[in-house]
Amino acid sequence: MSSHGRSATDEEPLPTTAERKAVILESGAAPGKDWVIVTRSLKRDYDMGGEVVHALRGVDLAVRRNEYVAIMGPSGSGKSTLMNLIGCLDTPSSGEYWLNGQMVSKMSDDALARVRNKEIGFVFQTFNLLPRASALHNVELPLVYAGVSSSERKRRASAALERVQLADRMTHRPNELSGGQRQRVAIARALVNDPSILLADEPTGNLDSQTSAEIMNVFEGLAAHGQTVIMVTHEADIAAHARRVVVLRDGVIASDDRRAAFVQKVGLPV
Amino acid sequence: MAFFESVRLALQQIRVQKLKSFFTLIGVMIGVMFLIAVVSIVEGMSRYMTDEFAARILGVNTFTFRRMPDVFVGDITDSTWREWQRRPRVTQADVDVVREALPSGVRSAVENVRFIYATSAFNRPRQVMAFGTEAAYFQIKKYDIASGRPFTPQETQLGSPVVVIGTEVATHFFPDLDPVGRELRIAGTPYQVIGVLEKQGSIFGFSMDRMAIAPYTSPMSRATNPRGDIDGLVVQAPRAEVLGDAMEEVRSVMRGFRGLTPGQPDNFAMETSDDALSFFAELRGRMIAIGTALPAIGLIVGAMVIMNIMLVAVAERTHEIGIRKAIGARQKDIRRQFLVESATLSVIGAILGISLGIGLAKLVAAFTPLPASVAPWSIAAAIIVGAGVGIMAGFYPATRAARLDPIIALQRE
Repeated sequence: MSSHGRSATDEEPLPTTAERKAVILESGAAPGKDWVIVTRSLKRDYDMGGEVVHALRGVDLAVRRNEYVAIMGPSGSGKSTLMNLIGCLDTPSSGEYWLNGQMVSKMSDDALARVRNKEIGFVFQTFNLLPRASALHNVELPLVYAGVSSSERKRRASAALERVQLADRMTHRPNELSGGQRQRVAIARALVNDPSILLADEPTGNLDSQTSAEIMNVFEGLAAHGQTVIMVTHEADIAAHARRVVVLRDGVIASDDRRAAFVQKVGLPV
Repeated sequence: MAFFESVRLALQQIRVQKLKSFFTLIGVMIGVMFLIAVVSIVEGMSRYMTDEFAARILGVNTFTFRRMPDVFVGDITDSTWREWQRRPRVTQADVDVVREALPSGVRSAVENVRFIYATSAFNRPRQVMAFGTEAAYFQIKKYDIASGRPFTPQETQLGSPVVVIGTEVATHFFPDLDPVGRELRIAGTPYQVIGVLEKQGSIFGFSMDRMAIAPYTSPMSRATNPRGDIDGLVVQAPRAEVLGDAMEEVRSVMRGFRGLTPGQPDNFAMETSDDALSFFAELRGRMIAIGTALPAIGLIVGAMVIMNIMLVAVAERTHEIGIRKAIGARQKDIRRQFLVESATLSVIGAILGISLGIGLAKLVAAFTPLPASVAPWSIAAAIIVGAGVGIMAGFYPATRAARLDPIIALQRE
């Protein structure tokens, strides 16, 4: 169904397994500035009425700047938990998480809010736009919390909307936009603060296949321009758009492959 | 997030839900309305007391030497009252002694007052407020003569039957006529009208134009003071300091004249406008306390309504809070957003309440003899109270919103 559009940078060398291992094993040390995400034995337990559920049982993940990574896994594999941790919406029970050189795993609520604002651009399955605000205002919102002046906000938000080809829809409210357009507004909002990572949670989950392909093209383009993209999905054919696919099973990483190997493994048509 | 951004957001929220917002702020609105109305009326009365009543009836820098206080505060016990009744009456001899003691430049005039029937050839008999006094009285009271002249010290000395009348007396007894030179009978004695006062207006609905002012030595005194005593001596000093000195001097001289030993209390009274004002200040304090206690209950109810509505708003907008937190809103950003929203609601309520309260005060002033004067401080206070009520009412809901877990909030639809 989907055409696995490949960018020119497809063959760029990814970090080797040895390099990844090296950065992960240096426990307690800040990774080099090329590494945008490093997690060391990341664990997250939930207390479900006396019974402890181990959602993540020790995840070691290293992502270098400019990588385009898909995190895949069936429901219950812990991928949503991992996404919440990577997105700084939650803190781990144990382990380290370094985001863009900062140790964020022990930060306070407000410090995490700052990190989310500066380092992370979220794209959600359900778009999560403010229904009563215009596209422009939705895109401005992260800048509002970053304390950017009104005129500068307008300028940067319009630029972000132009990047996703929505320059002519700035004054429209979400309910006046199609699903694909809404998701592009959400992408513009995610990009407006120039984040270290674009974190997408099932970005095509609510879209038809044609619109999904359109959104995947947007991601492809961003990755080609050097944006680090982390995409969480349970669909193999969507995951196959990324240059690297991490598969999670029962709270641990089951496999970590380049696209070619992943495509071959799951038997997707090439 | 900037403060104005929060206000803009709050106003947008209020615009979207106009009717709900209106019902939310109605409690604060009514509370503030009564607050402003009550304070305005009390303030109006108090202004009236200082500007009009105290200055016009008692006079500025003035004291009155009398047998007992004319205006007194609160309850008078029986024993006090009996003590007052036992005091000697003020006589001409007392007045002469007091005058002797006064420093130069201080004016004084005897003041005897009774309501007495007067008659003229042109209308039915009617009661007038008869003043037996002296020439200096016109200067002390700043009574201007509209036509004719005041009486002279010589006429006082001779006890001439001449009278200066108020405008109401003039129009009643001499309809469409020039009263000057005509005859007015006061207590049976024919008086010649020699002057008409400027219109004085009324105080607490009590007309100041029904006066008939004649020399206290004239035949009228048989009716005003049949025992031959004197009601009081009004003394006016040019400055407040001189007034104090004069009072001290009069006190010591009078105590000597009356033969009081050091242990005995004064058996006379010296009343100043301050006495009357202190009485009113006490009254005003009580009226403000009572008058604001009731609207305060309204404000508490208003605060509870706002708190409830804000809790509902937080519940309704949980998902929005999740979005805002996900993209970087800190706890204080969210808290401020909801605090500003409830404060804005409440301040709008207060502003509506202020306008209605001013209207109510004006209405009361127009249809009752109660004066009303809107005090600027009460408007500022109402806005501060409004904002305070909003912030207090919004604090708990805003804190709840601020503490929401972004993951859970995002999952709520």
